[in-house]
Amino acid sequence: MAVLLLADVNGGQLATDSVAKTLTAVAGLGEIHVLVAGQGGDAAAAEAAGLAGVSKVLFADGHDYCHGMAEATAALVVGLASSYTHICAPATAAAKNVLPRVAALLDVMVLSDVTAVIDSETFERPIYAGNAIQTVKSGDKVKVFTVRTAAFAAAGTGGAAALEKVTGATAEGLSSWVEDKVAASDRPELTSAKIVVSGGRGVGSEADFALIEALADKLGAAVGASRAAVDSGFAPNDWQVGQTGKVVAPALYVAIGISGAIQHLAGMKDSKVIVAINKDEEAPIFQIADYGLVADLFQAVPEMTQKV
Amino acid sequence: MKVLVPVKRVIDYNVKVRVKADGSGVDLANVKMSMNPFDEIAVEEAIRLKEKGVASEIVVVSIGVKQAQETLRTALAMGADRAILIEAASDVHTDIEPLAVAKLLAAVVGAEAPGLVLAGKQAIDNDMNATGQMLSALLGWSQATFASELSVAGDSATVTREVDGGLQTITVKLPAVVTVDLRLNEPRYASLPNIMKAKKKPLEEKTAADYGVDVTPRLTVVKTSEPAGRKAGVKVASVDELIAKLKDEAGVL
Repeated sequence: MAVLLLADVNGGQLATDSVAKTLTAVAGLGEIHVLVAGQGGDAAAAEAAGLAGVSKVLFADGHDYCHGMAEATAALVVGLASSYTHICAPATAAAKNVLPRVAALLDVMVLSDVTAVIDSETFERPIYAGNAIQTVKSGDKVKVFTVRTAAFAAAGTGGAAALEKVTGATAEGLSSWVEDKVAASDRPELTSAKIVVSGGRGVGSEADFALIEALADKLGAAVGASRAAVDSGFAPNDWQVGQTGKVVAPALYVAIGISGAIQHLAGMKDSKVIVAINKDEEAPIFQIADYGLVADLFQAVPEMTQKV
Repeated sequence: MKVLVPVKRVIDYNVKVRVKADGSGVDLANVKMSMNPFDEIAVEEAIRLKEKGVASEIVVVSIGVKQAQETLRTALAMGADRAILIEAASDVHTDIEPLAVAKLLAAVVGAEAPGLVLAGKQAIDNDMNATGQMLSALLGWSQATFASELSVAGDSATVTREVDGGLQTITVKLPAVVTVDLRLNEPRYASLPNIMKAKKKPLEEKTAADYGVDVTPRLTVVKTSEPAGRKAGVKVASVDELIAKLKDEAGVL
């Protein structure tokens, strides 16, 4: 049994945290080969080779595989598939774009957002926005799945895997990349941050979201937002935490002005410590918070920013 | 250009989900069902393309139980032109897997020859986020997932996609499959006159067998369980107390 793990590479950088956590998830399934795809990914491939638990890094140095373009990347993975019993990737936007395509081309089902690997054919995954956990068994010849990385600790470094160049099919003229607009930020990445400070509808406006950001910056935290805050235009969508956004599990999650809709809880309930600041003492968020502060956020948050 | 929009009948997003006591699944008996919210956005976008003169006809397709007719009527009331129901299950608890759905849709695409398939990025029941990508793969078409902006010009479409960390813009050659994300648009409500009119719009009934597609699941559900609960902690009286607890008790600051 061998596992092919499709790595996330953004602008030549390996998304190390997501790959390292996926390595932990699939550690019991056999020898793991990491696929790094995209021209200029040499450094990313070298970094992947240094992760503990990787036996081989496959590097496809082709321009067609840049920017995670689904058609070409899926064709590449399908070309390599016959050597593997499992094909997986972290459940990022990039992999969710590619792996279902891979699965269909192999005539197998895909499993998204796996939270536990029980054995070589049995997996757990959340359904209904995390309101139920399903254990499923796959009878397919090759198991194709994405891993919800928040559920796993990151594998360490110190590995020295062999590097092998591979080539594969591309997808002639189906689609082309125009541009990426990725917000430049000095803050840690939302899904791997140790602390996340999130604002909800209670923050009230885009301007007042500065309060959330100020506290986050003081704590060295990433900034998150509830779907209600995103829908109201207070925060960009890539800050969204929840079933329809990102799933996070930091050491500390601070929910400010967030009522605690089920869809939000699905994105943060695995955090180690949860703090809720809300003026409504009946807000459902208090039912899952380790520390709740019933207070007006416009007073409490600046005070906290000043005192921590 | 004809636009095809698959729509799924799912539990209404406001309904509290209950896991059945025997662990066999989620209880859907006598529960309010609605159109998958992402599919509503896809229907809305198709209607807007028609209003702009880009789309000529909107065909909606639903695959599942007979009751999915209601979902199709909702889409027709919003503004779709005609509907196809593919009956593939008799029990509301039977979820047809994305791979089988994609195969059926590929067969419909073969018969209807649309220039664009607009689909929701995921269904809020199984949360698989797969059908659009799988359909695109089976057809050998281009794909653009998680769209927050879409413009069609000539034989290509420019799509802005919601990706981790921001947005990505790509162009795809038509025909293509585009899956839609939350911020693409706000779906309209169907007006009463349009609901009445929708009852007269054509709705064709088919079965999975008509298309020669085997919908036998590839995955066996071993069990369905409630997620592990989290207990409420303590209320603190002040910011000072909160900071003290986080430092001394939780050790996270």
